[in-house]
Amino acid sequence: MGSLESAQAPLEASVSSSASAGPIAEPLSRHSVLVRVTHWVITLCFFALLVTGIEILISHPRFYWGETGTVITKPLFQLPIPSSRNIVKTGYGYVLPDQNGWSRALHFQAAWIAVLTGLLYAIYGFVTGHFRKNLLPSEGGLSWPVLSRAIAGHLRFARPSEAEAWSYNLVQRLTYLFVIFCLFPLIVWTGLAMSPAFTSAFPATVVLLGGRQSARTIHFFVSIALLLFVIVHFVMICRAGFINRTRAMITGRQRARREGL
Amino acid sequence: MTDISRRKLIFSGIGAAAGLSGLAVAVRLAEKYGLIPPDHGGIYGLGETITYASQRLLTRHSMAREFPRSWISNPPFSNELAPPPDAFKRLQEGNFVDWRLTVDGLVDRPSSFSLAQIKSYPSRTQITEVACEEGWSHIAEWIGTPLSHILDAVGTHPQARYVVYFSIEPDWWESIDMADAMHPQTFLTYGMNGSDLPVPNGGPLRLRVPRQLGYKSVKFITHLTVTDSMKKFGKGLGSASPEAGYAWYAGI
Repeated sequence: MGSLESAQAPLEASVSSSASAGPIAEPLSRHSVLVRVTHWVITLCFFALLVTGIEILISHPRFYWGETGTVITKPLFQLPIPSSRNIVKTGYGYVLPDQNGWSRALHFQAAWIAVLTGLLYAIYGFVTGHFRKNLLPSEGGLSWPVLSRAIAGHLRFARPSEAEAWSYNLVQRLTYLFVIFCLFPLIVWTGLAMSPAFTSAFPATVVLLGGRQSARTIHFFVSIALLLFVIVHFVMICRAGFINRTRAMITGRQRARREGL
Repeated sequence: MTDISRRKLIFSGIGAAAGLSGLAVAVRLAEKYGLIPPDHGGIYGLGETITYASQRLLTRHSMAREFPRSWISNPPFSNELAPPPDAFKRLQEGNFVDWRLTVDGLVDRPSSFSLAQIKSYPSRTQITEVACEEGWSHIAEWIGTPLSHILDAVGTHPQARYVVYFSIEPDWWESIDMADAMHPQTFLTYGMNGSDLPVPNGGPLRLRVPRQLGYKSVKFITHLTVTDSMKKFGKGLGSASPEAGYAWYAGI
């Protein structure tokens, strides 16, 4: 690594980052402090919400559409898993341990932290131009040839080019924008739409979704979408270089890659 | 130590002090305006407190959604019940004529009401949803007397902050703050879908709190106590639910 030429660092990074003006092979700046801190806080919240969400889900693994639904109404679908409550007929001869109490408490606490952190990130993103500069497709960048090339690369699990270590490609940009501005608000909205006190003050939040049970069903599917995003995100990081990418998200710096590595 | 780092230290010290005193003021204000739930301690206390405080600031007077009659769940739903205690069975054999609701605590006139007395008060109906923490929900028409009517009849003291309510089943008790206790949709419920409240739904008397999850609507109510502090009840967490790991405030 010591023989690395600074000229190998892409122009964009060396212009935007004062750190790159240092000696040869000095790690280069990639993510700002706020992006890194909010990234890891939300990561922790996501896993807390995922585990506790599954715990809450198994107490009634049936889904309905509309306002109401119980074990005596026909479900939209029922997950083929055992339940933690004996009122649900699952076909399994046993009932799972019931962990709803602490799961609910942790679910809502993690949700609060995720929402407040997400708000902080959103304000930062708009004020500093992070969304515009790093996530919005660049002018002329949003075209079918670019998009199809990026998708094809992803599908082949091709290793990203050096430039992609310093800036997001089109598929990444669109995916991050979709997660930040569609999935995240939708998971919060559908969650709030299940709160009897919140919907008493803001009934439109549940009526627009088609009812309380519809909100619960959408909440389930959005959480699946978020889980898929996290899995693909993780696979891509492994493919691109787990240590370098993770270091970039922890310390803010990453090393330019030597060709052929 | 350089000037810059000393200045940094002083400023962060001032910042931390301002932050801490700001927090102390916020806690004082929150206590004054009743924004801190009885189960505010422990590792999940932060989440419980933010939820309860936000709901009290946003939804103190809001009304639970009511539905058209055609939305009433048919057939009606009732959750599974544990076998009732002997005291309940005896009253059931007598058709609940001897069922009593005693009201005491911070009230001018501690009283005991029969079901017939409660039914003689102006009755109200509401078509509202029962949402269980498990995920299911159903809609029914609920008939009863607003709890506020009983509380006005016994005369609550100005320092009253909570109403604690007990089931005939041992260790089944809950409490709500005065905002929910005086809320026009909080009913002492004795009827459902046009007839007497069925036993599986909490008959003969259930306290319905439609702006909170189903577990706050305790079945088979025999006793109400008005209090200014939850410290004297159980483990001081507000109700049996937090003692079992569930949130005291279930409006979410």
